[in-house]
Amino acid sequence: MNDIKHHLNDELLLGYSAGALPEAFNLIVATHLEMCDKCRAAAQAFDSVGGVLLDETAKVSMSKDALPKTLALISKVPKRKDSEQKTEIPNPLAAYVGSSLDNIKWRPIGMGVRQAVLKTSKSATARLLYIPAGSVVPDHGHRGTELTLVLKGAFSDETAKFTVGDIEMADQSIEHTPTAEIGEDCICLTATDAPLRFNSWFPRLAQRFLRI
Amino acid sequence: MKKTKPLKNWVKQLQQVQKSQDSKAFAELFDYFAPRVKSFLIRSGASNSMAEDCAQEVMATVWLKAHLFDPSRASVSTWIFTIARNKNIDALRKQRRPEPEDLTWGPESEPEAADILTLQQETEQLRLAMSALPDAQQALLQKAYFGDLSHREIAIETGLPLGTIKSRLRLALDKLRQTMR
Repeated sequence: MNDIKHHLNDELLLGYSAGALPEAFNLIVATHLEMCDKCRAAAQAFDSVGGVLLDETAKVSMSKDALPKTLALISKVPKRKDSEQKTEIPNPLAAYVGSSLDNIKWRPIGMGVRQAVLKTSKSATARLLYIPAGSVVPDHGHRGTELTLVLKGAFSDETAKFTVGDIEMADQSIEHTPTAEIGEDCICLTATDAPLRFNSWFPRLAQRFLRI
Repeated sequence: MKKTKPLKNWVKQLQQVQKSQDSKAFAELFDYFAPRVKSFLIRSGASNSMAEDCAQEVMATVWLKAHLFDPSRASVSTWIFTIARNKNIDALRKQRRPEPEDLTWGPESEPEAADILTLQQETEQLRLAMSALPDAQQALLQKAYFGDLSHREIAIETGLPLGTIKSRLRLALDKLRQTMR
């Protein structure tokens, strides 16, 4: 995972940290963070902003018995060992699809390409795409934002080549035809949203942060 | 955000919970953080009673996950913010919150004191920089993080000096990765 060339932008990192993204976007961001220390560090920098804001926020009194009730909560939780299950796919994704890509229920969407839609909240959609080596994903524009993270293999489109760990961010201005590299099938995680939420306020907020 | 005196950083208290399940140290953390977490949850849309319950759960998580806290990669406030944020998404928005796997130093090693100090200082620098922002920009950040953004109030000039802390966190992560190998 040392060769990641295409990273998350500050807009998405801030949105992830602030908890403002739809679940499908959180999933793809978390999966990339697990593969990419550069973005992981950047996401934690944005978390620090949240930490400072928490310090500065006005207090709201807790009930009188809040501390004993909390201690009671703590004692109720059974001691559990952190499970050390090594999975072949990144942990955040494994929580949605299980520990292997072999058991995915793929459905054909044309030209040999298959997909599996993951169960997330409705405001955006996460899916896995299976693109056989050398095949082309049917031409598509976007109404909103589309994120694509390579999990296996590689693909190229009009803009660049994307290999494992790379994330492509495409908005409605981009019409592209991703093509899997010859020699290996390509599996990607994608997230797409409804146009409204993402295109209105978030980019404008984030642009201000890009000048850091 | 007008105070400029350095804040207590709470690392010692959390480490006491981490290492010896110290309930007195926990009570100090509770007094400081629970009312702030509750406030955060109310601002994010929770009712008073829901915020009370969730704040208790957040603080219970602080105790239960204390072993995962790494003071070379987060301030205590930052770490508790992430727990509160995740609770907010989980309990209020009824969504799962995917997160990358926690990285820990394991039983044999721990972060260096110098790295802990540097990270805490850099968080303090960030706090000072944020408190120097004009009020409108501070309000904007609060809206972004406390989930009450309305679309059009966002296009205001702001600028956050995050470059230094990003590099520091990257270095800390590299060191941790080396120990994990």
